[in-house]
Amino acid sequence: MENISNTRKVVIHALLIIGSIVMVGPFLWMVLTSLKTVGEAAQIPPKIFPEVFQWSNYKEVFSSFPFAEFYWNTFFTTVIKTIGQLFLCSLAAYAFARIKFPGRNFFFILYLSVLMIPPQAFLIPQYQIIANLELLNTLTALILPGLFSAFGTFLLRQFFMTMPDELEEAAKIDGCNHFQIYWRIMLPLAKPGLIALAIFTIIWSWNDFLWPLIVNSSPDKMPLSAGLASLQGQYSTNYPVLMAGTFLASWPLIIIFMFFQKAFVEGIALSGRKG
Amino acid sequence: MDIKKQKSTLRKNDMYWGYLFIAPTLLGLLIFYIFPVFQTFFYSFNDWGDFGSYSWSGLENYEEMFANPEIWDSFRNTLIYAFVMVPISIAISIIVAVLLNQKIKGLTFYRTLFFLPVVTMPAAIGMIWKWLYNADYGIINHILGWFSIPGPDWLTDPNWVLISIIIVGTWGAIGTNMVILLSGLQGIPKSLYEAASLDGAGPTYSFFKITLPLLSPTIFFVAVISFISAFQVFDFIFMMVSPTNPAIDSAQSVIYLFYHYAFVIGEKGIAAAIAFVLFLVILVLTILQFRLQKRWVHYE
Repeated sequence: MENISNTRKVVIHALLIIGSIVMVGPFLWMVLTSLKTVGEAAQIPPKIFPEVFQWSNYKEVFSSFPFAEFYWNTFFTTVIKTIGQLFLCSLAAYAFARIKFPGRNFFFILYLSVLMIPPQAFLIPQYQIIANLELLNTLTALILPGLFSAFGTFLLRQFFMTMPDELEEAAKIDGCNHFQIYWRIMLPLAKPGLIALAIFTIIWSWNDFLWPLIVNSSPDKMPLSAGLASLQGQYSTNYPVLMAGTFLASWPLIIIFMFFQKAFVEGIALSGRKG
Repeated sequence: MDIKKQKSTLRKNDMYWGYLFIAPTLLGLLIFYIFPVFQTFFYSFNDWGDFGSYSWSGLENYEEMFANPEIWDSFRNTLIYAFVMVPISIAISIIVAVLLNQKIKGLTFYRTLFFLPVVTMPAAIGMIWKWLYNADYGIINHILGWFSIPGPDWLTDPNWVLISIIIVGTWGAIGTNMVILLSGLQGIPKSLYEAASLDGAGPTYSFFKITLPLLSPTIFFVAVISFISAFQVFDFIFMMVSPTNPAIDSAQSVIYLFYHYAFVIGEKGIAAAIAFVLFLVILVLTILQFRLQKRWVHYE
């Protein structure tokens, strides 16, 4: 596609700009609404900009809900789940890709079958396990099942599979055991895969909704997603406050994405190629 | 023989390392995923009483489930949602990916904007769209008003609510699909297009004769994962449509109802039966897709 004519360029830009407005418009409207008074938000015809920026909507969100705790709960569980998955999945992935042991294929198929199971098929017993361990309304409840991922193991295995045998042979001759090969040689080489998995885990953990809704009903142990649901319960029609809360819940991941967007996009694209 | 002995201890050694490495995930998956699936299956044949007690009831839950119009509705809603949302979102994503695969300025900028909904939590997306859809003060009906189109009650009119949900689902799905399709497009050799244009082929011809066939394995992958996630739609519907909404029967998805039965009213047996039937539906459709792929997916 070397030379695109100017008219074609104009058409392409026009289409992309219309598309972009549809994609970004809702976010802009959220931010603008979050700074209005209830009266302004309900005005007909709608006013685009508020007369005075109503920062008090944000104050209201923080004063009526433990939003600082929501942040901490979301942040902490996301970090632990991500580190945990990277370590545990890569260990298993290394074994499936590089170590020969009896039953390897059987276990691998077992992992793959977990990939096919939709979440609702294990949510009830998962809830019971957490309840029986008396872990309801704790951060551990949010973290525990999410530490283990068949998807992550599968994704990283595809990476370890493509690595040359020579590296491993050389390390074995030098007397390295499998853990040393895994830790010193294979992990650094699997960096693109690890980044992709980290991004998936971060997005999924930050945005996870149904599981926290089920296990953590006490506000100080909720993540942002479930917190939004309770905010809606209290301010059912006060849209400026609701939009302030929505903005507060979604900006951190959006900012992280803006900074690391190349890694995000490549990570998602990679899963498509490896999958 | 010495070498043989050495080899067998090495192999034994390998075995220990292998089991050691998979042990943590294997245990976690067994406890939290694999065993619970069998348990859910078992629960679907039990009647749940108060305080978590249950007793064998045979096929009663399934009978009750199939006699319940609410549950039929939820399956119908979810099927319509998936079969309308997935093709539309893939079609739009292909168009966007093809547009972004040109030599023009601002590519990264556009790509970033289209990707935004992917990193936004579905609960937040539901909240934002609920406000946009608001029948009295919502911006969508206001914009329709400029063209003298009377806007519907998007979320409370039973004839419209599913359409509203499909629009939000499509809007949120474009980013992921587009990125995967774009990477598929970049794998198509440029020389093919050059050869075609030397032969006098226009862009439309190239799109249907080169782009679509060579992109079909990627489209297939996107279709499979989109269908699976469409069948599990829950988060943003939960935020947009409350249980007291007059249009709830035309809006609730299977998972919405599953959540209601399992964790709101404590009918875990029926919820387990719902979960299992949905599992079967997803499984059959995925197998069907793999069967049908020979008809339209071109592998080199």
